[in-house]
Amino acid sequence: MLDTLLLSRIQFATNISFHILFPTISIALAWFLVFFKVRYVQTNQPVWLRAYRFWVKIFALTFALGVVSGITMSFQFGTNWPGFMERVGNIAGPLLGYEVLTAFFMEATFLGIMLFGMKRVSPRVHTFSTVIVAIGTTISAFWILSLNSWMHTPTGHEIIDGVFYPKNWLEIIFNPSFGYRLSHMLLASGITASFLVAGISAYRLLKDDHKHAPKLTLKVALTVAVILTPMQAFVGDLHGLNTFKYQPQKVAAMEGVWDTEKGAPLLLFAVPNEETRKNEFEIAIPNLASLILTHELDGEIKGLNEFKDAHPPVKPVFFGFRVMVGLGLLMILVAFTTRVVLYKKDRLPVWLLRVLVAMTFSGWVATLAGWYVTEIGRQPYMVQGLLRIDEVVTQVPAEHVLYTLIGYLCLYSLLLTAYIKTLFYTADKAVEVEEYEMNASVRGGQYA
Amino acid sequence: MLSIEFLAQFYGGLMALAILVYAILDGYDLGVGILLPTDDKQQADTMIASIGPFWDANETWLVLAVGLALIAFPAAHSMILQALYLPVAVMLLGLILRGVAFDFRAKAKTKYRDAWDISFKAGSIITAFSQGFMLGLYVMSFDTSLQSYTFAALSGIGVVAAYGLIGSAWLVMKTNGDVYTRALHWCRRFNWVSLIGVIAVSLVNPLINEFVAKKWFGTELSILLLPIPFACIALFIFQDRVLANFISCAPKQESWRPFAISVAVFLLCFLGLVYSFFPYVVPNELTIYESLADPSALTFMLYGVVLVVPAIIGYTIFSYRVFWGKTQALTYY
Repeated sequence: MLDTLLLSRIQFATNISFHILFPTISIALAWFLVFFKVRYVQTNQPVWLRAYRFWVKIFALTFALGVVSGITMSFQFGTNWPGFMERVGNIAGPLLGYEVLTAFFMEATFLGIMLFGMKRVSPRVHTFSTVIVAIGTTISAFWILSLNSWMHTPTGHEIIDGVFYPKNWLEIIFNPSFGYRLSHMLLASGITASFLVAGISAYRLLKDDHKHAPKLTLKVALTVAVILTPMQAFVGDLHGLNTFKYQPQKVAAMEGVWDTEKGAPLLLFAVPNEETRKNEFEIAIPNLASLILTHELDGEIKGLNEFKDAHPPVKPVFFGFRVMVGLGLLMILVAFTTRVVLYKKDRLPVWLLRVLVAMTFSGWVATLAGWYVTEIGRQPYMVQGLLRIDEVVTQVPAEHVLYTLIGYLCLYSLLLTAYIKTLFYTADKAVEVEEYEMNASVRGGQYA
Repeated sequence: MLSIEFLAQFYGGLMALAILVYAILDGYDLGVGILLPTDDKQQADTMIASIGPFWDANETWLVLAVGLALIAFPAAHSMILQALYLPVAVMLLGLILRGVAFDFRAKAKTKYRDAWDISFKAGSIITAFSQGFMLGLYVMSFDTSLQSYTFAALSGIGVVAAYGLIGSAWLVMKTNGDVYTRALHWCRRFNWVSLIGVIAVSLVNPLINEFVAKKWFGTELSILLLPIPFACIALFIFQDRVLANFISCAPKQESWRPFAISVAVFLLCFLGLVYSFFPYVVPNELTIYESLADPSALTFMLYGVVLVVPAIIGYTIFSYRVFWGKTQALTYY
């Protein structure tokens, strides 16, 4: 039996999962580009410019994918969740509107100058454009995460006849989970971009690219990763405590706690079973979950059974959380190991380069896993505790949603494959082209 | 707090402006995509280079238009988008395909290049056609008869032609040599097709929608407004003369003229449509006043609009000035 609600949810999840991949890279990659450009202006060393020119190509491609998949999002509210805007539009609308007005136009317009205008504007204006694009991507994250956070921790509104009205915009924008979520996401972006830069740079080094640029970008990326990964562990923990306070049922699902417990153990592994409402195959560390969440060995954690019919599906939240944390720990380990070896020996052994290549897109997996935890963890609500998703779904026939879903899935698989292949192909080309340029300059030729 | 009447007209006007600017700006870059030749790589490169720095920002006007509908007229937004569910999805697939093809064609392996060029062209045609199709259904008040789908399909072809017109006029303005010469001929052909499309929509609209007929023929304003269709037809004929002149003697100085005329045509057609439907936002169903969102939320947005929109217009103009004149090869730096 086809169900419009279920299909709409899958379709929305598909679209937003595909979309978020690209901003996650471009928000932080824009700041990497600012850094390369500013270093070039400061030092006048061509290697910074080469780093910039290589990564700006990847940025342009990433940005384009983000823009077009983002347009889809702005239509989806109307096509699949009409009730959402009818009920919550007075809150969500202005936040989305401010995102379009203060971020989208700015990034898109200055991107043109940043990509194609280097010969047409002064170096200063070009650097300025690069900075504006980076600021634009960050502002965009600000607004959309504000709206998203409000859906998790709604404040500053009143409800009259089921419709939400704004009462205090500052409380709406700076709702209780916003600061944590924004920092968590910006750090995720920084880590995703640094592992991408490190992975592609390592790939070039493995292809016997003897030039200075990939070595330099590898070093920069790993330094950033060493700084950001432990920060993320810290901020993630704070975010978890915030969730524990405002969305205890989500934390209960993350930790696999069925009955309210004092001194709950931390489950390293388990298979939660919603039918029997128990976990199977538990591997646990006693009292640790309570210690982390309440800072007391026998602190109380509310169990899922206290939220019958109003708690999220447990398995995806439980496993998503473990994927995210597991990958996060692995990234800390890899970042520190590689950076220390690089510091001591000034180069990485082949096996470590291979590890970095393998982890090129690890940030994507961790970020998606994290988003699944928090968004599935909000179910069955659209706005936590106040508006359920089945109240706002579209009246469009299920078959229509199915057709479009199949269309999106086909296109997205094609595009994702093309994106990843093109990334490595761009790296291959860089290995050859710049080599040629360097030989030409040695023979007395000129730079093009 | 501001009055409902003022807010409805302000946001209605702003949404109309965003749609018009979108149709003109993304119109020309979709048009360039529609015209993309598959037989000549170099010409294709030049044409794409002419829209390279702009297309991203051009598409943002669509997001703004839809965003304003969503924010200011949420009931209309969901009613329209549910009625247009499938054509919207087709348009989005087209937009995605062409947007990414633009980048992939320059960066993917050479053997895939042709495929991305075709995707770019196909994506542009699909996008333009589905926008015209939606416009057609809108004019037919979302009627679901075969008759209205036929009309919508014709309207789809009309919009493809109109974008082809403004796209080729853009190329006349921005290119030299072979592309310029080809664009002149494209422009002339699309000019005629667009004229037929405009006449068709102008005839069908008052015939189908009684309230539209009343507006055009039944009020004192009618006398002042009737010149609009005639001015529009005159512009098409003028356009044809200008192009014929360009073809015979190749002037370089006024190559912006066909583009300016196309913009004027878009403006007049759009004014005609807006006048026909105002104050309805869903034809015959819902006015801008009835579907307006909460005034206090819109007042909060208004500050942003008043501060930011002039800035957007300012740096958009700046960006067009940076890339002023005939297009040069696209080089990434």
